[in-house]
Amino acid sequence: MNAMTETGLRVLSYSEAIREAMAIAMENDPTVILMGEDIGVYGGAFQVTLDLVDRFGPDRVMDTPISELGGAGVAVGAALTGLKPIYEFQFSDFAMLAMEQIVNQAAKLRYMLGGEASVPVVFRLPAGSGTGAAAQHSQSIEAWFGHVPGLKVLQPATPEDAKGMLLSALADPDPVMIFEHKLLYKMKGHVPEGSYLTPIGKALVRRSGTDLTIVAGSIMVHRALEAAERLAAEGISAEVIDLRSIRPIDAETILASVRKTGRLMVVYEGVKAFGVGAEISAMVAESDAFDHLDAPILRLGAADAPVPYNPDLERAAVPQVETIEAAARRLARREV
Amino acid sequence: MTSDAPATDNRPFAIRTYAPAQLREALRRMYLIRRFEEGAEDSYMRGLIHGTMHLSIGQEASAMATCMELTDADKITSTHRGHGHCIAKGADVGRMFAEFFGKETGYCHGRGGSMHIADVRTGNLGANGIVGGGLPIAVGAALTAKRLGRDDVTVCFFGDGANNEGAFHEALNMASVWKLPVIFVCENNGYGMSTAVTRSTAVRHIADRASAYSMPGITVDGNDFSAVAEAVHAAIVRARAGDGPSLVENVTYRWRGHSKSDRNRYRTKEEIEEWMTRDPIARFRSELIAHGILDEAAADAVAAEAMAEVEAGIAFAKSSPAPAIGDVTRYVYAEN
Ligand SMILES: Cc1ncc(C[n+]2csc(CCOP(=O)(O)OP(=O)(O)O)c2C)c(N)n1
Ligand SMILES: [Mg+2]
Repeated sequence: MNAMTETGLRVLSYSEAIREAMAIAMENDPTVILMGEDIGVYGGAFQVTLDLVDRFGPDRVMDTPISELGGAGVAVGAALTGLKPIYEFQFSDFAMLAMEQIVNQAAKLRYMLGGEASVPVVFRLPAGSGTGAAAQHSQSIEAWFGHVPGLKVLQPATPEDAKGMLLSALADPDPVMIFEHKLLYKMKGHVPEGSYLTPIGKALVRRSGTDLTIVAGSIMVHRALEAAERLAAEGISAEVIDLRSIRPIDAETILASVRKTGRLMVVYEGVKAFGVGAEISAMVAESDAFDHLDAPILRLGAADAPVPYNPDLERAAVPQVETIEAAARRLARREV
Repeated sequence: MTSDAPATDNRPFAIRTYAPAQLREALRRMYLIRRFEEGAEDSYMRGLIHGTMHLSIGQEASAMATCMELTDADKITSTHRGHGHCIAKGADVGRMFAEFFGKETGYCHGRGGSMHIADVRTGNLGANGIVGGGLPIAVGAALTAKRLGRDDVTVCFFGDGANNEGAFHEALNMASVWKLPVIFVCENNGYGMSTAVTRSTAVRHIADRASAYSMPGITVDGNDFSAVAEAVHAAIVRARAGDGPSLVENVTYRWRGHSKSDRNRYRTKEEIEEWMTRDPIARFRSELIAHGILDEAAADAVAAEAMAEVEAGIAFAKSSPAPAIGDVTRYVYAEN
């Protein structure tokens, strides 16, 4: 749990970082509770809550029945009246069963009640493909919630952000959805000790470059960074922006980068059509940054299909390092 | 299929109701389910199958006895723990293995895998990745039968965990209001993943839910072939007569973990071992031998047949072609 890098920085995995954030929040605030399916003795489907039930007891680490609509709704009601629930969906795909409470209730209560109510609920949602779990357990549906005023939608790409964003989400008076990528849970990285807040709605330039801008979220940040590294060897300088938050979206950071590089590519794991890429492309097209474009904008998203089971099809269905690299090369050479 | 037996016949329901050839076939399919899942488990360990899978080892009587009187025209909806249902309904294990191996010759052409195994030809409308997802679909299938004046019935398999989803309650209510020919079969194996029924469910028996929807509900020993067959038989008779739905609860137990990632922290070794002494296949086999349907040698031959079929199935799956990568969006919509 306390591995150090050579530089003496403390290293945790993404799931350890999330767990640490939950433990800190529960220690500091008795109104914080965890709810979800099999988050107690089982430790959560992805072992994120792991031993928290031993530390905080089953009254604060609550196993719910398999009742997503009800469970999420109970969390909303509890948030409305003084608790700060963190509700874990076992897979983000199961948020579909709770759409009513998330979209019609949690997102809109403050507004419908003219600002008189607050719903400080946090939903945690393991997302993404790459585990062979097929069409109903592998989706990337974060963009759906980008369409809903009242929600905040986050996508941490690193252990440090996973912890800081969860603590920020808990400090936020409005409902926040955090999409955690299943393939990142074991990823290790530096995580500061104690409590800190990662600003919500602030993107981060993870690599600066001059020839093109790649905007990516979640695991795609790492794939884009690797592609950028390979391209650097051939003299192509890609800037990689970690989106971090879909709603609110950080227009400033993206537009500034596009003004500089004149080329934009958006990489995301959700289905390409009507996704994060459409929003960002339109944002650029509607702004002065449009005048700086030297090439058409390029979107790289998932195939227009449910996530397939066969591992080779599954891989082919979503952007990979090689596909990002090839697309970025075409964009840099204006071959699009 | 059934015969009017004299009232003095004290033999178990299955023995006095079904022909010896049918009973032999039922035993063969139960062995086939067991050997298929052992083969799948072994193939998974060898890296031939990816993703996850949910084994029903220990629950074979529930699957087979429930499907005993169903024809290909009768439908079933199945669950994530659906291999047994699929085989009991008459699927070919070669095509099932091919699906698990992600091959084009698989039942879902490699797109679905274990969690979506289906065989529409034999009336199996499919396993489901969503707990409770099949319940309303089964009611829809029963509506079709009624509207089109057909006398086929739909059996809806679901787990104890699913009884707490809203879909369960909505489905049972509609089936009852519209008097539809559907049989809800709960496979109560004591746990929804790690959560014991006693911790998730307000009623003692899942069958107690039936009274809320004005339908008969019965709880039987799900490892007793005859007990299941008799309860389901009565429900089928009622459904075919136009008297509406029933709920049958088969109390059983899964020997293996919930899925391939289960540390079994929520139950004891003793509990698992105790249930393993109630092996439904061994029980049915002894019953058949005791009533002179088979002798030991014939029963061994049945088991050997099942084993050979599984081996041939694995060989077929291994030698089958994978889907073409370019076909990733195939089957999203109907082809012209
Ligand atoms: C809507 C939904 N919620 C949660 C899950 C995750 N999940 C898969 S199986 C399962 C347990 C189901 O329990 P039960 O219905 O009793 O079936 P069993 O696994 O015991 O056969 C859970 C929680 C899911 N697949 N779908
Ligand atoms: Mg169960």
